[in-house]
Amino acid sequence: MLIKKPADIPSSEITPKSRYMNRRRFMAAVAAGGTVLAAGRFLGRLVSPQETVSAAAKLNAARSPLSTTEKPTPYNDITNYNNFYEFGTDKYDPARLAQSLQVKPWTVEVSGLVQKPQTLDIDSILKSFPLEERIYRHRCVEGWSMVIPWVGFPLTAFLKRLNPLGSARYVQFTTRYDPKQMPGQRYGVLDWPYVEGLRIDEAMHPLALLAVGLYGEELPKQDGAPIRLVVPWKYGFKSIKSIVKIKLVEKEPVTTWSAAAPSEYGFYSNVNPDVDHPRWSQKTERRIGEFYKRPTLLFNGYGDQVAGLYTGMDLRKNF
Amino acid sequence: MTRSQLSFLKVLAFLLCLGPIAHLAWKGIHGTLGANPIEVITRSTGKWTLLFLLFTLSITPLRKLTGFLALIRFRRMLGLFAFFYVTLHFLTYIWLDKFFDFHQMLIDIAKRRFITVGFTAFVLLVPLALTSTSGMIRRLGGKRWQRLHQLIYLAAILGVFHFLWLVKADIRRPICYGAVLALLLAWRVVAWARPLLLRRTPAPTDASYAVN
Repeated sequence: MLIKKPADIPSSEITPKSRYMNRRRFMAAVAAGGTVLAAGRFLGRLVSPQETVSAAAKLNAARSPLSTTEKPTPYNDITNYNNFYEFGTDKYDPARLAQSLQVKPWTVEVSGLVQKPQTLDIDSILKSFPLEERIYRHRCVEGWSMVIPWVGFPLTAFLKRLNPLGSARYVQFTTRYDPKQMPGQRYGVLDWPYVEGLRIDEAMHPLALLAVGLYGEELPKQDGAPIRLVVPWKYGFKSIKSIVKIKLVEKEPVTTWSAAAPSEYGFYSNVNPDVDHPRWSQKTERRIGEFYKRPTLLFNGYGDQVAGLYTGMDLRKNF
Repeated sequence: MTRSQLSFLKVLAFLLCLGPIAHLAWKGIHGTLGANPIEVITRSTGKWTLLFLLFTLSITPLRKLTGFLALIRFRRMLGLFAFFYVTLHFLTYIWLDKFFDFHQMLIDIAKRRFITVGFTAFVLLVPLALTSTSGMIRRLGGKRWQRLHQLIYLAAILGVFHFLWLVKADIRRPICYGAVLALLLAWRVVAWARPLLLRRTPAPTDASYAVN
């Protein structure tokens, strides 16, 4: 290599200072840009989910004006982040462990203060009620939330067909009890089987849904297949999954979480930013997929439709 | 053990200690932290804080039980990594959970008892991290330094209660950590009490221990 002596280099070959400085600035910008991009990707991945395709059966569902226009949470998040203690207490357990659940055949026993107690087959239930898509906000008591495109039919339609007696004041729901198929039930973290309840007027409200599907397809097992409740103005644990019994009763049922910690989980459990959980605040929530927290809305934003159910009630006492 | 063998082991240990944060970062970059990444980061850094505290506390018993005295050379690293992970855990809380709303944070610390004990545990570990150097041992003097660093016992206990008081219903994991911590502390109680108990037995030829 012939290294030119300084005197050999004509002045025309000298890079102009401005271009030299610009190049350094350019390199710095690229480096900074690269770092920002990498950081952005990292932060972006903190919130940005991945999509997956499922192979569940498709359902015919009509649109509903009761759906929210907010963007639904990705299917992958709804099906891989679940509180379903029957299949383990980690949020990532149900997706793995719920697959052992047999959802066919499945029956729902209807009993209590109804004209004709009976046991219904899930297939006959599905045939009896036209399905709707309901895109609802879902707020967990822990402080995270999603927007979920359920497929189902109004609970009120189901209950009306049962002809409840005049003395029926509450509806009690029970989840399947089968420790062989539901490994989480082998551990007494909660008193199995899982029981939930609604006041009859809450149950008859148009928003209350019996859900059988998600994103236009059959419910995945980790989300409460084959049939579950969705009560969007209450904390998520009230939306009981994998229902096998529906009973009309006179007295307020003892619900599982309320029995586990009466000072923390009440019968009503309406979403309320002004009533804190004893151990954490309910003022804000993390919408899955978002980086910043958002303020929690009274009745999860369904106040216009449901506030009337609670006029005159002290929402702090009846939490 | 030779000096170069020790250096090699220390480098290896250091890299292993970085494993948890490297794993988190890897998953973060590949978007495999799940639906609620901030929750995963919070839980993971908290878990590793507790684990590293337990590792640190197990050095002394292990030394006595195995006779492998060189283990003491790793204790500072383990303790500092506990502090590293607790700092990340705390940063995740004040940044990604509270978004630097210090007013809300103070309310949390006052009102939510699991945060009260958690924050206290963190604060207790700060002077331990600051006085972790050999220079500091010299400045404080061995006895004072040892007294100060006994704060790790309290920090670890508070850490377990922090975990126990934040889980909704499944207390199995906090109880497990508590059980291991109880064992490590019990070992120390026994180690401290044994010489005292042995001193009570009169030595046959020593008149100063004459039984009345």
